[in-house]
Amino acid sequence: MNLQLPEYSLQVMSPEIFLFVWALLVITFDLITKRKSGTAVGYMTMLGLALTGAFLFQAGYGRGFGMMFFNDPMAIFFKVIFLGAAFMAVGSTFGITEKRIVNHRGEFYGLILMSTVGMMFLASSQELLSLYIGLELTTIPLYVLVSFFKDDKKSVESGIKYLIVGALSSALLIYGISFLYGLSGTTEINQMTINIAITHIQNETLGVALLMPIMLLLAGIGFKLALPPFHQWAPDVYEGAPTPIAAFLSVGSKAAGIVAFSKIMVMGLEVFHSPVMAPNDWGMMVALMAAGAMVWGNIAAIRQTNIKRMLAFSSIAQAGYIMVGMLAMNEYGQSSVGFYMFVYMFANMGAFAIVTIVEDQTGSCEISTFSGLSKSSPFFSAAMAIFMLSLAGIPPLAGFFAKYYVFAAAIAHAGQNNTTGWLYWLVGIGLLTTVFALYYYANIIKVSYFGKEASPFKLKAPLPAVIIIVIGLLGVFGFGLYPEPIIDFASNLSDYFKR
Amino acid sequence: MQIPILSWLVFVPLIGMVAVMLIPKERVSAIRWTATIFSGIAMILSFWLTWEYFVNYSDTAAMAFVEGPYDWIPTLHVEYFLGCDGISVPLLALTGLLSLISIIASFGIKERVKEYFAFFLLLEVGMMGVFVALDFFLFYVFWEIMLVPMYFLIGIWGGPRKEYAAIKFFLYTLFGSIFMLVSILILYFNAEPHTLNMMTLMQTAPGMTHTLQMVCFIFFFIAFAIKVPVWPFHTWLPDAHVEAPTAVSVILAGVLLKMGTYGMLRISWPMFPDALRSLSFWIAVLGVIAIIYGALVSLAQKDMKKLVAYSSVSHMGYCMLALAAFSSTQAIAGCMFQMISHGLITGALFLLVGVLYDRAHTREIAVFGGLGSKLPIYTGLMVFFSMASLGLPGMSGFISEFMIFVGAFGALNKTLVGIAILGVVLGAAYMLRLVQNVFLGDFNLERWGGLTEINGRELVTVVPLVILTLYLGIYPKQLNMLMSATIENMINLMAR
Repeated sequence: MNLQLPEYSLQVMSPEIFLFVWALLVITFDLITKRKSGTAVGYMTMLGLALTGAFLFQAGYGRGFGMMFFNDPMAIFFKVIFLGAAFMAVGSTFGITEKRIVNHRGEFYGLILMSTVGMMFLASSQELLSLYIGLELTTIPLYVLVSFFKDDKKSVESGIKYLIVGALSSALLIYGISFLYGLSGTTEINQMTINIAITHIQNETLGVALLMPIMLLLAGIGFKLALPPFHQWAPDVYEGAPTPIAAFLSVGSKAAGIVAFSKIMVMGLEVFHSPVMAPNDWGMMVALMAAGAMVWGNIAAIRQTNIKRMLAFSSIAQAGYIMVGMLAMNEYGQSSVGFYMFVYMFANMGAFAIVTIVEDQTGSCEISTFSGLSKSSPFFSAAMAIFMLSLAGIPPLAGFFAKYYVFAAAIAHAGQNNTTGWLYWLVGIGLLTTVFALYYYANIIKVSYFGKEASPFKLKAPLPAVIIIVIGLLGVFGFGLYPEPIIDFASNLSDYFKR
Repeated sequence: MQIPILSWLVFVPLIGMVAVMLIPKERVSAIRWTATIFSGIAMILSFWLTWEYFVNYSDTAAMAFVEGPYDWIPTLHVEYFLGCDGISVPLLALTGLLSLISIIASFGIKERVKEYFAFFLLLEVGMMGVFVALDFFLFYVFWEIMLVPMYFLIGIWGGPRKEYAAIKFFLYTLFGSIFMLVSILILYFNAEPHTLNMMTLMQTAPGMTHTLQMVCFIFFFIAFAIKVPVWPFHTWLPDAHVEAPTAVSVILAGVLLKMGTYGMLRISWPMFPDALRSLSFWIAVLGVIAIIYGALVSLAQKDMKKLVAYSSVSHMGYCMLALAAFSSTQAIAGCMFQMISHGLITGALFLLVGVLYDRAHTREIAVFGGLGSKLPIYTGLMVFFSMASLGLPGMSGFISEFMIFVGAFGALNKTLVGIAILGVVLGAAYMLRLVQNVFLGDFNLERWGGLTEINGRELVTVVPLVILTLYLGIYPKQLNMLMSATIENMINLMAR
């Protein structure tokens, strides 16, 4: 056996390296200014993210370090989402850092950047170990960030909860990965697919041997994505975490989970997706999880009185819709997932930015604090109404087209394959649950608009937060009326299926 | 290059909405007049369009003033494609007229004026759009756009149970829409090459298997039936009507309900003729139930607005009966006539009930009596529209009901049509009961001595409807000519 050094190129990795260095700079800058950096450190973080975005397009496609770093269209697409989510999360933190995180701004922003670096590594790995490392680099800073209000019991509690759940899910994931390695003798995803297929054919079936890793991987990623029955941590963690971090969790971390799922399950184990491959059929299991997410997420959200918990359940439900697109193994499936994630970012980050402002100024996240806001703060309540309608999937906002695309992809898949008729049922459940969903999204509008009394609070927001909300509105309207650019950008995600 | 008249028609109210939003909220009268002007422009455009269509295009069944198809979202074959024909043109004119009238009728709104008119103009965008869209995606977008302003209009400016009524309307309609969405996706994926173009699908959809046709037909039917509303999907209607402000009720009854029947006539009837043949009897049964049930419930109402709301259920039942008799030209033309005439008459009735409510702050039938001596002009108008509603010859309601019964009697089960005719008698009963209890009898001078006569602005909103009701009742020929070629073509499509 001759040892072959993998080809490597630092060029393609330059955005990650840059962002990592920038994260260290952010922390150092806060230290050398003796914690007096003020808002400058926040702006510096946003600048770093923007610059990384520029580097990303300059770096282009390619690979370095074998399959451990592989910049394909999917990687680039999701990196844009991670950077966007981080940018929007940082933009909405200015109120919090001014009041509650005064002395630890450097660490706070530095950790957000570190987590983003982890997500970016995750998105560009085509190899199970580096993927796992990327996932860990994503979540470990998040444990700290979630419990950043260290005097607040709820924040600390949610930090511990997230740590335990996160550690458990990582353990399940790595255990599942070790099984896959055992079955295929490689950690490279493309090679693994081939090896497993060969073993499967030679032995006629892999039987339960493959069932084990599939279950472990689904549980591991299911925890990360908060898909039922692995979702109970999400509402508690969102409620306790600083609001922009909850937003970052619900978009950035969710997108990271989606990428991991897409790489391991969709690309790695694509063939084991239909009932023909029983008992190794993971499609049906994921369908059940997705159905559970859509039904339970939407029903439980109706009962919530705290808006962060409501948005947590709503994000569980949204993950269910994304999974519907994920199950469509055709030229639309992955693109629809990418598109969904992309526009979900605008609506959800925008909504959380408004919740952050409301929380800063009223000290409460109860839905009832929104009552009468339309009279005292018309801009913020109108923006909130638009984000809610987009999340509910009302045209012409982007959220509608995202749902349409996902369902269309699933129906197309069901039409192409006789064995996957159950996808029709999944789409049916998805459509029906959008009606439930409308109830609680519209409830926010009802509370802020339909009352006669004006709210005593007149919301004032720091400039970056307003910019984030405007970006959110532009995204929701712009990509709703003209989604083609993003569809075009996302269409490469399904290259794998265009054979 | 031809002027894109339909796009202007759809987007003039949108420009108006932006203009209204730019005016500071203290300048109430500027806001009102801006809304009036933009809605007026839209109305003039729609009338001009009707005239142009009548003169130049009414002898062919082809789509007129076609715009597109232009690519909108090429990946999923979504196109921007507008056009109108003999069944959409009269409805566009009706929408233009009723929107302007409703906006003038809303001058009495005191609270959050700016938002009110902005939402109203957005509503008009959606309504115009539905009647001109020829791409399924576009159609769906316009169909849904209306729900949002409607939710706000009922929820902010409505009556005591406004929150409940608003969310009920929103959820109910969205529930219907998802069925439509499924059907649209089925149609899309069954067409080769995939397309959402209604004109193309009109040709290819009848080639689908019977089962698929039935599925699509029933799903579309649920969506449209909720909008019409057909019994048993009507329960949102009384709530929405009773809680909505007057002008919104006018739009709701005058235009929104027509979208359901328009959708059936435009989409599900010609696209799924096989399914239509299998189900037409049951559609007729639903229509007859709606006629009788709506009339009986109206007869029992204590609230005037609720009475008019349930009478809508009954009157839209005639449309369903006519649609079930799809092989008869008279029935389909009668259905179109009924849509226009019901829009005018019920719109006027809601306006008039609103006029009384603004003064008396109650709509209960039993507390009034003898108003005829105090408010002669108002009483005259109300009696006029009550007569029109019960189908007195010489007014548009009679023409439409007559055409429907003539058509349906030839094409449908005669017993069924016989039962439906009972609805006319019941219609006379509840309308006359209203007239008798409110306008005749003893006048309670102490309580109602201070009521004032209908004012100039309110007259401006009602008089055009009087003229049109009489015009269509006395000289229906022109409207008939406008629609006849399209209806002939529709009937041929349904007979495939």
